[in-house]
Amino acid sequence: MAFELPSLPYAEDALEPHIDARTMGIHHGKHHAAYTSNLNAAIEGTSLDGMSIEAILADLSAVPENIRTAVRNNGGGYANHNLFWQIMGPNGGGEPSGALADAINSAFGSFGEFQSAFSAAAATRFGSGWAWLVTDGGAVSVTSTPNQDTPVMDGGNPILGIDVWEHAYYLNYQNRRPDYIAAFFNVINWDKVAELYAAAG
Amino acid sequence: MNDQTGVSRRDVLKLAGGAVLGAAVSGVSLADDWQFKLPELPYAEDALEPYIDARTMGIHHGAHHAGYTNKLNAAIEGTDLAGKSIEDILGNLDAAPEDIRRAVRNNGGGFANHSLFWQIMSPDGGGEPEGDLAAAISRDFGGFADFKAMFSAAAGSVFGSGWAWLVADGGALSVSKTPNQDTPLMEGGTPILGIDVWEHAYYLHYQNRRADYIDAFFNVINWQRVGELYVASR
Repeated sequence: MAFELPSLPYAEDALEPHIDARTMGIHHGKHHAAYTSNLNAAIEGTSLDGMSIEAILADLSAVPENIRTAVRNNGGGYANHNLFWQIMGPNGGGEPSGALADAINSAFGSFGEFQSAFSAAAATRFGSGWAWLVTDGGAVSVTSTPNQDTPVMDGGNPILGIDVWEHAYYLNYQNRRPDYIAAFFNVINWDKVAELYAAAG
Repeated sequence: MNDQTGVSRRDVLKLAGGAVLGAAVSGVSLADDWQFKLPELPYAEDALEPYIDARTMGIHHGAHHAGYTNKLNAAIEGTDLAGKSIEDILGNLDAAPEDIRRAVRNNGGGFANHSLFWQIMSPDGGGEPEGDLAAAISRDFGGFADFKAMFSAAAGSVFGSGWAWLVADGGALSVSKTPNQDTPLMEGGTPILGIDVWEHAYYLHYQNRRADYIDAFFNVINWQRVGELYVASR
């Protein structure tokens, strides 16, 4: 059972002007596609074949050593981008409501404080990586990971993530990562993030 | 030390050489002399076209390298590291105060790595090395083609941001790779050739095709300069 590259849930140009169509097309059609095919190549014929990506990433120590780095990098890349496309949308932006808003206020004091903490985590990740909003038993927190590592590897549950690999923004923003981070807030699909928060329990 | 004029030990060394004697005599403050300076590109931004495009070179040097330089200076200002060479700092990171160690590692590495990177490329580059370096490459890798394959594989397999290197240590050569802005200097090696495989080094022109960028890089390697660095390392 090979993992499949999910289709983008909107057109490549749907997030313009915040994320340009060319970046979306290459990011999904090349980078995400390569993580998917490299992951499949790594696990083919192993005991991992048929497991969920969450189960694989949550227990990397169980992965055969000769493919562990490949599974970590490409499995992480596969899972992270699956989430990334979902939590953005052309009708995104604004602020969350309901239980997620309550959890954010409880953890950070306000949405503005959360936005500052998340943006700082994204801006200070040196090199390639991601910044995350994770939930654990209903409580939310901000963290970041290098490369394609994911909070799933540490038992966490990411419900929002921003890709700060340069490939996520360089064509439009070049070295101006903070501008990309600020723009990202205009495309966050808070309805989806709230669904993920509710599903995590 | 002359505290009244803020003359540092480095300034005194320069005074001994007479380089800044006039400024010192006229009372101009030399208080900023400890700062690392962004080196100028040794060629025009478009000189490496079509292999590395002018826009990439301009942003890479004028924004990325400049950013590392400024952040390095900000981190070390007022510390014992101000006035030391970048090789001394990076070769002994454990001596950097813990509260600035990460900033020094990342930005000092970025400063040093890019300072080398511009030097080892040239519009008249490409081809193969000659002389002592060519002999050492043949001895340690079997031949230039074997070296090229190993170096390209190292550069192609850096996951995320980083560099691949040709490192000299007591005359012996090896290929290695480092994450982010780490450098072989941190492990006591002398990098004499490096390729930046952060996406910012190639994404505007090559996007996800890192392998094409690595191939193109071999057309701009300044082997004469790499050969000089090899001789100087021994």
